[in-house]
Amino acid sequence: MTTESAQYVAPDQNDPAVRKGQEDRLREVWKPPSGWFFRWTDVNNNRIGVWYTLTAFGFMLFAGVLALIMRTQLAVPNNDLVTANTFNQLFTLHGSMMMFLFAVPMFEAVSIILLPQLLGARDLPFPRLSGFGYWSFLIGGVFVSGSIFFDAAPDGGWFMYPPLTTRTDLSGLGADIWMLGLSFIEVSSVAAAVELIVGVLKCRPPGMRLNLMPLYAWYILVVAVMILFAFPPLIAGDVLFEMERLLNWPFFNAEKGGDPLLWQHLFWIFGHPEVYIVFLPSIALFAMLIPTFAQRHLLGYPWIVLAAVGTAFLSFGLWVHHMFTTGLPKISLAFFAAASEAVAIPTGVQIFVFIATLWAGNVKKSTPLLYASGSLAVFVIGGLTGVMVAVAPFDWQAHDTYFIVAHLHYVLIGGTLLPLFAGLYYYWPLITGKKLSDKLGRIAFWIMFVGMNLTFFPMHLSGLLGMPRRVFTYPEELGIGGLNLASTAGSYMFATGVLIVCIDLALSPRRPKAPRNPWNAGTLEWLAHPDDEDWGIRSVPLIESRYPIWDQKNFVQKVDEGRFFLPDAEEMRRESIITTVLDARPLQVIRLGTPSVKPMMTAVALAGVFILTTYHLYIWSAVSGVATLACVLWWLWTGTAEIPEKPTKHIGHGIEVPLYTSGPSAPGWWAMFITMMADATAFSGLVFGYFFFWTIHNDFPPTGAGLNGPGVFWPMVALALTLAGWAATVGAREVHRRGNVGAGRALLVVGIVATLASLFAGLAGPWYSGLDPELHVYPAIVWTLAIWTAVHAAIGVIMQAYTLARSLAGKMTPVYDADLRNITVYHHFLALTGIVTFCTIGLFPGVA
Amino acid sequence: MRKAISLSVGACLPLLAACNQHQSTLAPFGEEADKVLSITIVLVIGAIILAGGLALLMRHAMRAPEGDLTHKGGMKLVLWLGGIGPSIILLALLLYALPAMRPREVANSDLRIGVEGEQFWWRVRYAPPGGSVVEGANELRLPVGRTVELSLRSPDVIHSFWVPGLAGKMDMIPGRTNRLVVRATKAGTYRGVCAEFCGLGHALMAFDVIAMEPPAFERWLAAQRQPAVVTASPGARAFASYGCSGCHSVRGVGPVAKIGPDLTHFGSRPTLAAGILPMTKANIAGFVRDPAKTKPGVRMPAFPQMSAAEADQIASYLQGLK
Repeated sequence: MTTESAQYVAPDQNDPAVRKGQEDRLREVWKPPSGWFFRWTDVNNNRIGVWYTLTAFGFMLFAGVLALIMRTQLAVPNNDLVTANTFNQLFTLHGSMMMFLFAVPMFEAVSIILLPQLLGARDLPFPRLSGFGYWSFLIGGVFVSGSIFFDAAPDGGWFMYPPLTTRTDLSGLGADIWMLGLSFIEVSSVAAAVELIVGVLKCRPPGMRLNLMPLYAWYILVVAVMILFAFPPLIAGDVLFEMERLLNWPFFNAEKGGDPLLWQHLFWIFGHPEVYIVFLPSIALFAMLIPTFAQRHLLGYPWIVLAAVGTAFLSFGLWVHHMFTTGLPKISLAFFAAASEAVAIPTGVQIFVFIATLWAGNVKKSTPLLYASGSLAVFVIGGLTGVMVAVAPFDWQAHDTYFIVAHLHYVLIGGTLLPLFAGLYYYWPLITGKKLSDKLGRIAFWIMFVGMNLTFFPMHLSGLLGMPRRVFTYPEELGIGGLNLASTAGSYMFATGVLIVCIDLALSPRRPKAPRNPWNAGTLEWLAHPDDEDWGIRSVPLIESRYPIWDQKNFVQKVDEGRFFLPDAEEMRRESIITTVLDARPLQVIRLGTPSVKPMMTAVALAGVFILTTYHLYIWSAVSGVATLACVLWWLWTGTAEIPEKPTKHIGHGIEVPLYTSGPSAPGWWAMFITMMADATAFSGLVFGYFFFWTIHNDFPPTGAGLNGPGVFWPMVALALTLAGWAATVGAREVHRRGNVGAGRALLVVGIVATLASLFAGLAGPWYSGLDPELHVYPAIVWTLAIWTAVHAAIGVIMQAYTLARSLAGKMTPVYDADLRNITVYHHFLALTGIVTFCTIGLFPGVA
Repeated sequence: MRKAISLSVGACLPLLAACNQHQSTLAPFGEEADKVLSITIVLVIGAIILAGGLALLMRHAMRAPEGDLTHKGGMKLVLWLGGIGPSIILLALLLYALPAMRPREVANSDLRIGVEGEQFWWRVRYAPPGGSVVEGANELRLPVGRTVELSLRSPDVIHSFWVPGLAGKMDMIPGRTNRLVVRATKAGTYRGVCAEFCGLGHALMAFDVIAMEPPAFERWLAAQRQPAVVTASPGARAFASYGCSGCHSVRGVGPVAKIGPDLTHFGSRPTLAAGILPMTKANIAGFVRDPAKTKPGVRMPAFPQMSAAEADQIASYLQGLK
């Protein structure tokens, strides 16, 4: 290291020829793949982000058309444009698509485009994971939304309350399409969240301490963490739901000890944070856009960060306000009413930060600002009606009426859709180099604004006048025909506004390029050049301010001339800088994944598992599962933890960092840790189920044939074996790190044997005691916990075997041991899962 | 004061005056709904004041010259108007609304009524203190000024019991019994609906609510307890031969059947098919032959082989079950 340092001569950035050479290399390295097929194997965030955004936008338009059909049906009383059956599919799909195929993916899509630019990074840390997420989203989305053309769309409401949806005599294929199709998309949402979190924590430019981060990055962090903890309970719910539908395990069947309310808890533990998951990104957008148009720093940066974090925390404690009418104890009503009202406080802080910034600054009127202020107005109305429905007695009247339809559309249109258009008009020049038409934008805004209010304001009244939600028709005597006709007229007006925006977008390619940084913004992403290169940023800057373009001297020029870090691609590799989590000191240069067909193939194979299961083609689904595993292993084997050709690399200004790290400083370790947090959250959803059933039954576990088990013996054997497998893995890591490769391999073999044995021992308990999961919810939940743990043990064994193979193939050494470090993280979580599962099913019956 | 506000709200929105008085949270006939209406009025006025204030503030912020607000002033604004102000308002709101969350006390001598929501109709069982249970369907009668405890259950999927003029809604969940305690204050005919999506016929699952003076209610209940008065007629024979009594009880005539609504005093109800059709002979005849035509998702099968004449006979027979 020292000898090389001595020989190293830094390039002369004053020399145009040197700069040209660097640019040629960067251009060559970042060149997108070409060809009618291979261009789709690209993984660069610029391209994936744009595909992702356009796809989500397309799903939004589709779901919007569904809404127009519904509004047409409801224009007059007793209308018969569509049947009840079609109408139920329309509202189910409208809600599900807007939530799962538009609002959440749109946040992730926009963040995939913006995050590297906000952080001055060349790409996200796992470009191929972005590609995988996109293809999963596209396939799953088309599968779910396309079902309506076959009259097979889900028709149980976006909330899918059992038993209506779990009883196969009451609901058809649509329920499976919803559960499995959207579970697939939830997996891709969680994957994107993992990538965004690691991106924010590890890929910041040198000097960008946490408190200098652009606010959008803070919000990405907060929202992605929320996705990480909100989606898994729903995934756990989906697992129970499909077990009931496909295998007749009675989790939600009251006749066999189940309870429909468990689903409602799991759904709303997801569903309420979801509201903030789709709303906070808009606040984030405002936090970028308002300083630009006020031409000053955002006032109250620490306030807004704390408010965002506070909102995220509170949002996990309010789910019960969706269940105020389910007959819960009054004391819990009072508690959740208080918590629901309290969430208005951080929201208030965020809104007043914007008002104060505009007040203190020099406001420049513009189309993006018009959209932003308009959406704030709409959102405030939705927020105020939100406080109203947080008051439980009022909610008893308003719940499940058109008042709620009005409320939620004010929140979502003001909190997601209009801000998205604000972002579109603001960031379009960043992405395409061209501005959208201010005139068309303003016309579209006013048409949408008036149309939106005309559609939804009257609904407050129709709800109070007795119109329930999800009705395909209503009687004339209710006297709400006029209000509904107004809503329908408004919806067409709103659609006209959206159409004008689409026309504006379509005209964009014919317009001239805009100047660089057209709004004179101060944040890093506006370094983007209208004639953008695929390498992202010319050199990775040293950050000293929250608004470097405004505050740091000659900033743009220094970036462009490669005077900061990593201005070159000497080894012809795609590279990015990894820094420390808190204060962004450079830690490592990582080599990023290049275009590859593997992510797409993995997505297709995994889609097969979910889609084929929907049609009960279990054998083909198993084949697809094996194909998925093969794709993943191939992808990992050929693309990750590559041993570099030299240990370190100069990134400029005399700083030399390693090309390979393992353990907590490496992004891969963080990704594993974060993924396992999500996995553990899903698992705790299942454990919650076990104890939930215990609280509602006097005799839990029950007694009787097929109900007694799993005993203490086998669970304790399984626990001992799980811990032995864990200890062997940790031991392997330790001896291997100290250079004893042979002992490390031997311990891995011991780990494989012990973990595999724990898998069978874990299943032996319920198996030998004859627990019959179709009989009662107790055996069903015991089996579910045992199977969950067994599946995780199986994955653990595959990981151990993979690591052993890497070592034998010479792809892992005591210095370059990321594989072993990462699987140890997995095994920590596996041990935790084993402890909880086996103590619960083995020991709890003895003390219950 | 509240009357004045209600009147001014009514004056501002002449539309409202034209609106229904039988299925509206704004036209209460029960003490619970009345309490919530008071809360609603307070909430609406509060929301209008806050929204107006915010709009004015926003307008001012957009127009203020640069530096009109200092950094320190801005921080104070965020703290007081964004943080402390909302906290005080929300705390006050919570304390104001808490008493309304406490359910009314029930005495042993109070009337209890069991209501079961089923796809897509309502089974109603009156259990007066000291008396035997009387079953009806798709119609709920309440004595004015008396406390009534409703036990809400469901044998199939989740429904929600909602009579907007009487009280807030309460879900009917399989495996659970929820209680709703109400007291009607004004005699009249009102309407309730299912408020939780329950399948194909959800939009057409309603019922009549008739609040009566207590003596009239007692007389009515006594009459309901009596078996049906039936004379042999072609309609009665057709009813039997088409197997209607396999699902529907007509007490005193056929066997006891619990699948469909009890029809013992069917003719005395104001509406047909769970609150969706007026009780006319033509409507009954049409519904009997092809129920799904007017009510998608209905569990009752169609009888395409039934002649129009037979349907008319059955309709006459049913209408006669007063």
